[in-house]
Amino acid sequence: MHQTFDAALGINLLHANQAEADHNRAHFDEWGISCLNVMSSPGAGKTVLLERTLAALSNQLKIAVIEGDMTTDLDAQRLRQYGVPVIAINTGRSCHLDAKMVAGGIHRLEQEYNPADFELVLVENVGNLVCPAEFEVGEHAKVALLSITEGEDKPLKYPVMFQEADCLLVTKMDLAPHLDIDVQRIVANVRQMNPDCTIIPVSAKTGAGLDSWFEWLRSQIHYTQSLQKQL
Amino acid sequence: MLLGRKCRDAIYRVSTELPPISHSSMHETDMTKALIITVRDWWENQPEKPKISHVHLTVGQFTCVEPASLQFAFEVQTCNTFLEGAKLVIQETQLIAFCHRCQQEYRPEIGIQYACPDCNSPMEDIRSGRELKIDRLEYETSEERVIGNR
Repeated sequence: MHQTFDAALGINLLHANQAEADHNRAHFDEWGISCLNVMSSPGAGKTVLLERTLAALSNQLKIAVIEGDMTTDLDAQRLRQYGVPVIAINTGRSCHLDAKMVAGGIHRLEQEYNPADFELVLVENVGNLVCPAEFEVGEHAKVALLSITEGEDKPLKYPVMFQEADCLLVTKMDLAPHLDIDVQRIVANVRQMNPDCTIIPVSAKTGAGLDSWFEWLRSQIHYTQSLQKQL
Repeated sequence: MLLGRKCRDAIYRVSTELPPISHSSMHETDMTKALIITVRDWWENQPEKPKISHVHLTVGQFTCVEPASLQFAFEVQTCNTFLEGAKLVIQETQLIAFCHRCQQEYRPEIGIQYACPDCNSPMEDIRSGRELKIDRLEYETSEERVIGNR
């Protein structure tokens, strides 16, 4: 004979991931590292943005990259040319990085380098506008990219990503003259659900807007460092 | 090991070791993995390792989770685990936002408009629709065990 019982849990479905993400963030805080989670659909220009960023900033800031890629090492190879540690995480068939995978990356950073030497860890997530928005990895801020070739309606269709973003880079602006795209409309669509997001139009090809992006990046580092001093 | 037909079919369609072929998109597979890990954490802390019959979830409309895909992924991924045969019961919640300027709730139209329909203020205060919550578990235990426990 059986009896049925109820256990009220009331816990978040992503509880396990969240706990691991908080753990990662505690490590970053301890080492004085700002961590940014860089997300977009495939082909929006995450890797080239990181290339430009490393080229411009790697001699001023101590940067490491954690690179999520489904099956290949190609993006990591591109980024290693800039002389910074690039820890490649093969996510296999998983379409996003989760906190546990990033914990593995942090562990390697700890083994191979002195993590306290670093100021910034850039996490390049798997190209996907859906799941990465739900799986925190321990970042201090989320950066989303949307290329203008993707269309104005993407923030409306993938609202969670754009609602979660602290900074949105509207990429491939150099293509604007060739497209029927209204960038103001992209901005308005994002503003409907995220009025506080910093929105920066950029072109990795021409370099337009990149200085604003670097400025935002530096502001994140100072913000994390001032928080750390309060600890 | 003998498997139920449903379970065998599910494994035939989608092994957890292989990329999902149909129905279940990848993010629901990962979401289900997260769900199973969370429930397993609870289950492993129970002295009696009870048989879980139902897992009750609340899934908001404003999340990246599609309930039908989640059902399918759950059925597949719980095969041969402590959750085999458990039913997933999903309660969906609507997206409801609160407009501070108008001092009222409204229902944003997902995919179309999120700002307040009356004053166009951005959607800042989400009151419902972001839930991804395991509400409760139903489990069975044999009477002897229960008596033994007392």
